[in-house]
Amino acid sequence: MIHTTIGSAGHLLVIVAFVSALVATFAYFKASKNDLPTDEELTWKRFARAIYTVHVVAVLGVVFSLYWIIGNHYFEYHYAWKNSSLSLPTGYTISSFWQDQEGSFLLWIFWNVVLGSVLIFSNRSWEAPVMTIFALVQAFLTSMILGVVIPGLDLKIGSTPFLLLKEVMPDIPVFKMDPNFVAKDGNGLNPLLQNYWMVIHPPTLFLGFATTLIPFSFAMAGLWTKKLNEWLRPALPWALFSALVLGVGILMGAYWAYETLNFGSYWNWDPVENTSFVPWLVLVAAIHTMIIGRKNATALKTSFILTIATFVLVLYSTFMTRSGVLGNASVHSFTDLGLSGQLLIYLLTFTILSVGLLIYRWKNLPSDEEEVSTYSQEFWIFIGATLLCLSGFQILATTSIPVYNKIAEAFGTVLNMALPADQIAHYNKFQLWFFSLIIILTGVGQYFWWKRVGKDKLQALYNPLLLTMIISAAVITLWGVKDIQYIALLTASIFAIVANGAILLNIIRGNYNLSGGAVTHIGVALMLIGVLFSSAYTKVVSINNSGLMISRSEEFTNNDNKENKENITLWLNKPEKMGDYMLTWRDVRVEPRHIPGYISKSWVDLIENDYRAVALRDIVVNDKQYYAKGDTLEISPENFYYEIEYREPSGKVFNLFPRVQINPKMGGIVVSPDINRELGKDLYTYVSMVTNPTAEPVWSQTENFTVSMRDTFFVNDYVAILDNVVRTDSVDGVTLGPGDAAVKAMIRVLDKENEYVITPSFVIRDRLVARKTEVNNDLGLRVQFQEINPQTGQFSFAVNTTQRDFIVMKATEKPLINILWIGTFVLTIGFIMATIRRFKDFIKMRDKETAAANATKRKVKAQTV
Amino acid sequence: MKKIQLFGLIIVAIAIGIIVSTAGDASTYVDFSKAKEMADDGDNESIHVVGKLKKNTAGQILEMEYQPEIDPNYFAFTLIDNNNVAQRVVYKSTKPQDFDKSEQVVVIGKMEGNTFNAEKILMKCPSKYENGKLETTEATVAKS
Repeated sequence: MIHTTIGSAGHLLVIVAFVSALVATFAYFKASKNDLPTDEELTWKRFARAIYTVHVVAVLGVVFSLYWIIGNHYFEYHYAWKNSSLSLPTGYTISSFWQDQEGSFLLWIFWNVVLGSVLIFSNRSWEAPVMTIFALVQAFLTSMILGVVIPGLDLKIGSTPFLLLKEVMPDIPVFKMDPNFVAKDGNGLNPLLQNYWMVIHPPTLFLGFATTLIPFSFAMAGLWTKKLNEWLRPALPWALFSALVLGVGILMGAYWAYETLNFGSYWNWDPVENTSFVPWLVLVAAIHTMIIGRKNATALKTSFILTIATFVLVLYSTFMTRSGVLGNASVHSFTDLGLSGQLLIYLLTFTILSVGLLIYRWKNLPSDEEEVSTYSQEFWIFIGATLLCLSGFQILATTSIPVYNKIAEAFGTVLNMALPADQIAHYNKFQLWFFSLIIILTGVGQYFWWKRVGKDKLQALYNPLLLTMIISAAVITLWGVKDIQYIALLTASIFAIVANGAILLNIIRGNYNLSGGAVTHIGVALMLIGVLFSSAYTKVVSINNSGLMISRSEEFTNNDNKENKENITLWLNKPEKMGDYMLTWRDVRVEPRHIPGYISKSWVDLIENDYRAVALRDIVVNDKQYYAKGDTLEISPENFYYEIEYREPSGKVFNLFPRVQINPKMGGIVVSPDINRELGKDLYTYVSMVTNPTAEPVWSQTENFTVSMRDTFFVNDYVAILDNVVRTDSVDGVTLGPGDAAVKAMIRVLDKENEYVITPSFVIRDRLVARKTEVNNDLGLRVQFQEINPQTGQFSFAVNTTQRDFIVMKATEKPLINILWIGTFVLTIGFIMATIRRFKDFIKMRDKETAAANATKRKVKAQTV
Repeated sequence: MKKIQLFGLIIVAIAIGIIVSTAGDASTYVDFSKAKEMADDGDNESIHVVGKLKKNTAGQILEMEYQPEIDPNYFAFTLIDNNNVAQRVVYKSTKPQDFDKSEQVVVIGKMEGNTFNAEKILMKCPSKYENGKLETTEATVAKS
């Protein structure tokens, strides 16, 4: 059955949401006009609020409808079919909601609705102008999922998630046979995203994007209603909250990349990463100028510029990742849904609107009477904000290269520019110096801010400088840091920790509420140290020194290119030396859903195109039997884990399980690392090349051997000896009946280091002959017991050979990466402290103002009466 | 001159520096003939070349060499650029997963002698969905 009602309802609600957003924009716009009489303003405000309530209900209805469709597996809908499946565990059903563009727009719309409602209730005095901007943004966002075709013009506005499969793909043959065809199962969520981080990372990131709208709206409202100074107080706590959430969202993405992707790192300078990082940098700069904006006119002007820039950059980021402009340049941008025109209009509207308004009001903005002193806090905060922006500018200048090509194309020339070949080196070259300076300024700025230093009073900085020199010298010597740029970054970060730490100790005694800034700065400094060591001092452990490079030995010795030796080949159960470790690839494992850990793939038989497997033996894990032989169990069918045993020189043994995922949505096979975490370093291992674990081996042509007892023969270049042929009572766990008979051959195969015994059997059961083959994966051999010749006393075997199983893997050591993660926690705590403090400030002021306003009202009333 | 103007000037100077340096670091898309010319001129810059793999009529990839049992860090193949110039490409690392399935390949690197030395390979794989083929669904239909 096709459930059309819910989809139609959803689609209708999107239209309602769009129209109500437009009407609310107009109503709030009317209500914001200063020249209106109070009662008329109030009427408009009430009307606007009612319309906005309609909008909220409509958006919640859209969210509910889409979730209903996905949660109930209505695969007649394209969105549910494409992004979810029956086998998806419940937690991930939520993620399939925002896996595609329409759903992620909806997530964004949802957050805006929540934030708008909070603002209406928390800030009555700014409601009308702020909500005008909010409602306008909502109108643009809902238009992206409108999915309405304007008749006659053949113009499609937005892309709706409520399309039926047959509306999206009307040409596939199945609909010709049965127009009411409903797919039995969906395509499923990209398995790479089936990870707990992917359940919380997108909502966090989108909340971060959504919150950048709030400072922007306040800035716009401030310009518009000429409250040029007053907007700072309500906007600042939200700006801090936004930086907190966006920052945490970006870091979650980085951590997910570290754990799941095979870039080998947490940050890849990918355009998608960059375009969310740049708004964050500018936002942080904006926060700093906003803090001093009430006292300093230059800072106020800068606050306007930066708050606007943050929001415009978020829109630019959206445009970049969703318009298909990036194309080949990024691994995880969306494909073009035909929305690029609409996105461009969205971006340009708000850019022109905000920049225009700022220019129009520029002459009304106050200016400073005297120049700012080099010894003032304002000066140093200003320099810091400037550096943050320059850092962002550099990242953006490079990331936008694909955009330059498009612009050139629009003007009829061909630019053919490409991203730098070595992106990491390109960005690091700038960013390392920018951040060295920025982190020094956090320390210096704090000293000026708390008036510990000033003109003719710089001596307070001497002690932290001295301490920094001592600590840095010790670290540099002990670690052997030699490169000048790393020494610079390290010393700068240590200075920031010492200076901010000293300030922190001082103010924490007075009022710990005020220490958010110092804590955040320490967090950033720790992160920089963690980044420095874990990336600059990454050591490749899997250096290939097996000496197998016979064919290209000259190249091997001539070329000092590290990449040439960074991967090693491991054969099944063949120990190989790697660095200090002895490595053995032991097994391929699968991931059962209701059993802790992984079980051997050989224990189960995977059912093709399903998420279940049949147990080939009793499944016992940690002395507990979970399934009996023949039971069906649920597994994660895409994931295979390669058990790699690490033996340290001390004899300590640990296992790592890097993952190989069969993932058609990503083009085939995706590999993920496994990490051995130690306090001082991570050992990071991933499989860089593997044969498809679900592929059947390709066997050679059968070779027949007829041998006598104790004969020696050669199979697949190994020496094999038929040791014995013995009677057996049971084959494969099946006990034989009285009339049956079975024998088992004992063939010993000698490898370089090991001896293997292969035991194919020959069974006569119910008067039928069965020849049970035996496969040895270590040797790549399959042996079948063909015949027994009683006259000659000879035995025949059929032998097939195949490529022995191997994997190619890479292992790196990432020192001190835990300092990076500790830094992220400290940063988060600092931001939370600062946010809470500024919210408290705002509420105190707001209540004071309301009290004052009420008092005047009463006075006016008393006079009129 | 006022401090603020000096400050502005410095920022503009840094910004120009960034743009110039970005332009200098940016790579370009070229074809193999141009890549050869550049190498002959002693231009050591890494460049991007877009191409397709050499295949026979049955769609099998030709002239691809990867023997992990001998050397897991040596992968070679022949790439045909958009002007139909075939070029031997050597990539001194493991063969990228799913290389065989890629429709289009971008190699980043430079010519060294007669081979193109790739530092990085980008692949464009056809995804099942974008092809408009309903492979997974068809399988499900057959089962039900």
